Amino acid sequence: MNFKQKYVFLFPGLFVLIGILIFPIIFVVRLSLSGWNSYNGLNFIGLENYIRLFTDDPRFWESFFRLSFLSVTTVILQYVIGFALAHMVWKDIKFQRFFRVLFLIPMMTTPVIMTVIWRTFFHESLGPVNDILSNFGMSPKWLTDPVLAKVTVIIVEVWQWTPFMFLLLLAGLLSLPKEPFLAAAIDGASPIRKFLYVTFPLMAPISIGAIIIRLIEASKIMDTVYVLTSGGPGTSTETSSFYIFIKGLREFQMGYAASMSFTYLIIMIISLTVIAKVLTKLMLKD
Amino acid sequence: MGKLYKFLKYFFITFWAVFVVAPFLWALTTSFKDFNSVNGGATYIPWVDFEPKLEGWRVLIKSPANGGVDIIEPYFNSLFVTCTASLISIVLGTLSAYALSRFTFKAGFVKNNDITFFFISQRIMPPIVLSIPFFLFLGAINLLDSLIGLIIVYIVLLMPIAVWIMVDFFNKVPREIDETALIDGCNPYQAFFKVVLPNSIPGLIVAGMFCIIFGWIDFFFAFILTFTEVQLLPVKIVALNSSITPWWSLSASALVSVAPLIIVAFIVERYLSKGNLSGAIK
Repeated sequence: MNFKQKYVFLFPGLFVLIGILIFPIIFVVRLSLSGWNSYNGLNFIGLENYIRLFTDDPRFWESFFRLSFLSVTTVILQYVIGFALAHMVWKDIKFQRFFRVLFLIPMMTTPVIMTVIWRTFFHESLGPVNDILSNFGMSPKWLTDPVLAKVTVIIVEVWQWTPFMFLLLLAGLLSLPKEPFLAAAIDGASPIRKFLYVTFPLMAPISIGAIIIRLIEASKIMDTVYVLTSGGPGTSTETSSFYIFIKGLREFQMGYAASMSFTYLIIMIISLTVIAKVLTKLMLKD
Repeated sequence: MGKLYKFLKYFFITFWAVFVVAPFLWALTTSFKDFNSVNGGATYIPWVDFEPKLEGWRVLIKSPANGGVDIIEPYFNSLFVTCTASLISIVLGTLSAYALSRFTFKAGFVKNNDITFFFISQRIMPPIVLSIPFFLFLGAINLLDSLIGLIIVYIVLLMPIAVWIMVDFFNKVPREIDETALIDGCNPYQAFFKVVLPNSIPGLIVAGMFCIIFGWIDFFFAFILTFTEVQLLPVKIVALNSSITPWWSLSASALVSVAPLIIVAFIVERYLSKGNLSGAIK
């Protein structure tokens, strides 16, 4: 089909999006080549910001590796748990609808608000976790120990976003064709073999999609960290977004923050493309 | 083997269900506590462990001058921004998605798929990258700290979701439907509004719900782009957290804030069971 009217359908949305985004994006690039302070505005300083970023700012790269670690770990956990849960409530189980609704609920709740609750939940002396653990003589410092703070962030992120993985994977499972399962049943395949040779391969494209979507969202981790630990103790839970936020909107080094965010965006695009390619190769090799 | 598997299955499901419910239960009990029952260490069961008080819930409706937490206005702000931005995104996104699903576009090397990818790829953009220029720009046009400024930003967040879900959905609506309408003498607009759109309601509902979820739960942009004039709910609650607000009123306000979207979980599940979601989410 082809009509002149097709542009009337496409253009409003496209132009609104481009219109809102084009100046900010150009501006980030321009800003990243500038020094900025509120007294005398933009002054062009060439690549100085980038040179500083690549040669003299280990804190940015540490925050980036921390972010990679946190997002990869949480997404793997979410995928494994989400797949297990989706597979379990897929068919023949009691209270199926109840569990399905229940497992979806966390993603409907606002992360920062739930994090406020989690903060009280993991409180060192007044929270229920340490109250129970104190019976065994333990009182871990969930929010102030550099290692445990990361664990806490991971627990909260997994609680919050496993439902999203669960939703995508369950929708995928419910849309699978029936024939391969009948064939496997006729061959008398054991449940484990059925999973490995039928369900999992059929779910591979959906799995890749779900993992990539979650990686994209996880790479933005910042709200949870801000409320839970404010990047602390020290910088031990600081992610890239959070560091850029501190530099740009707390210390008002806008030019430098812009150069970091542009670099961050480019790294994000490249690494997500590579991950997508690798996953496709690994999971769809047959 | 079968029995062990079944046992493990129910064990794991129960474990996860408890994990999901735990923070809500904790917040619910905390919201009925007072100073003594919070600061004496963790307590769980009302009347047994502690004497329940309604103070935490009372402050929700008190005016701020009387020590209330003042979340009513942020509540309506959040509702207004989320709904308006979702509506605009759905309308514009659906029109664009229809065009991308039905017609062929070509401009140099840019084809339909590239345009679709452009829409969806906006989700890859980390919010922090946009926040600094948005901050300066909205400041320049005097929309910083205003509802309209937030709506503009939220359209960028939500339209990709609408386009993503609707392109997929329209691809599954048979083309014969519009073709028949066109042969019957409709123009393309009539074919879309009178024939295709009524057949796309499940897709629209799913897209709408996802826009509302992702609009309602956003904290970052509201946090950076507003200060005192306009406050959205998540920002307000976090502000309560960092001030000296006691746990009981904090818990009560948090529960009230996350409650409305829990209904969405039921709707999503219904569409999931009917199989409509598998079409909408790829």
